[in-house]
Amino acid sequence: MTTTPALETVGITKSYGSHSVLRGVDLAVPAGSVVALLGSNGAGKTTLVRILSTLLRADGGTASVNGHDVATQPGAVRESISLTGQFAAVDEVLTGRENLVLVAQLRHLEDPGGTADGLLARFGLSDAGSRRVATYSGGMRRRLDIAMSLIGDPPVLFLDEPTTGLDPQSRIEVWRTVRELAGRGTTVLLTTQYLDEAEQLADRIAILHEGRILTDGTLAELKQLLPPSRVEYVEKQPTLEDVFLALVGHDTTAT
Amino acid sequence: MNSYAFRDTFVLVKRSLRHILRSPDTIITTAVTPITMLLLFVYVFGGAIDAGDGDYVDYLLPGILIVTVASGIAYTAFRLFTDVSGGLFERFASMPIARAAVLWSHVLTSVVANLVSLALVILVAVAMGFRTGAGVLAWLAAVAILVLFTLALTWLAVIPGLTATSMDGVSGFSYPLIFLPFVSSAFVPTSGMPGPVRWFAEHQPVTSIVNTIRGLYAQEPVGNDGWIAVAWCLALLVAAYVLAMRVYRGKIA
Repeated sequence: MTTTPALETVGITKSYGSHSVLRGVDLAVPAGSVVALLGSNGAGKTTLVRILSTLLRADGGTASVNGHDVATQPGAVRESISLTGQFAAVDEVLTGRENLVLVAQLRHLEDPGGTADGLLARFGLSDAGSRRVATYSGGMRRRLDIAMSLIGDPPVLFLDEPTTGLDPQSRIEVWRTVRELAGRGTTVLLTTQYLDEAEQLADRIAILHEGRILTDGTLAELKQLLPPSRVEYVEKQPTLEDVFLALVGHDTTAT
Repeated sequence: MNSYAFRDTFVLVKRSLRHILRSPDTIITTAVTPITMLLLFVYVFGGAIDAGDGDYVDYLLPGILIVTVASGIAYTAFRLFTDVSGGLFERFASMPIARAAVLWSHVLTSVVANLVSLALVILVAVAMGFRTGAGVLAWLAAVAILVLFTLALTWLAVIPGLTATSMDGVSGFSYPLIFLPFVSSAFVPTSGMPGPVRWFAEHQPVTSIVNTIRGLYAQEPVGNDGWIAVAWCLALLVAAYVLAMRVYRGKIA
């Protein structure tokens, strides 16, 4: 882990008409870390991600990704990032493999076909690779979507609510992928409204509330903000998720 | 524009042509409206229309070709809208690919798809008795005018493709374009129309384009209509392009 942040924003503001969504966001994400941006619906998470991925211009403040300013060097920023939006951005008419080949060609890779086959295998989509995406389940689409984002090994990855609308197995599958990426040194900024997701995945958690970063730190640091813990004895009941997963099994590749 | 602009555009054109190949019904649907009109006007209304000497199908075809393009570009708007609403547009916009490639790929695909539909309509017209002694140059000139017209209308179609919020909004915009030929010299000579209608019909772009193509097929001198048609197409193309690019830049920052 280096000391220069892979991603840094200073005083980012953005309004839509008289409605100010971001009111001065200061955030630094160390290279190689997974940071969860936590916030309720409408907190401005997606707006911030869109600014960082050069899809939207901020009204004020500065933001840089991998050392490149998003406003003045958008081309260099796009070279360093990959965006996985809130809804799987896949081409329904093409097959899964064709989707991957398309992105690999657009990223000007040497061997688009080989890249595609490798990712199909890695995401458990080899059998479905020659089928049109229109026939895929929600979880398969999301896996393909993330696989498309990994092409070209961009050092910074934005995952905007990657598990919203997914079934529990697919959710665990996505989590596994994010952990794997973190292990390879990819910087991940993940937005989520699920607290457990942030707890499971993130090295650091930033809470975005009413257009500002309310707090930013490791889980342990955040926990210290509250009074020290007390010991309570609670009977451990299996959660519905435990029951569901035990019954249907963890076989996520077959879906 | 970077060195990859052409390569990126080519890759994306291949993608959208694949879309068309996998749903050839879009081309057939595009051709069905003008072919229906062709049949209806030649075999039903044609007997009551006095369009001068010669076969009515020869008189009618140029206007039907305009209708073909007008109904064809609706699919361009539709394909673009699908990319925008499905998130692919944003995926491409956040990738290091040439900025011009995304829109140009849709525009070029539109030209190819429309040429195929136009060929289908012309084949049907030939089967119905359309004949022309036009030589290679005249054909090239007619195709050039149609391509220019397609480009102009396609850039116009890019605007609803980028801005529409629903599927209805996308398909709705092309209806006026399909009906514009009715108030022109496309179906009946303008001389029989009452004053203001006639004035409009004689000064709107469709009439000059239709008269030009008709002249080329009939091997008659095209005269001023040719230049007026080219001027209309170019003006429309530039205006639509500028407007579409403004919308595009507003959309992807």
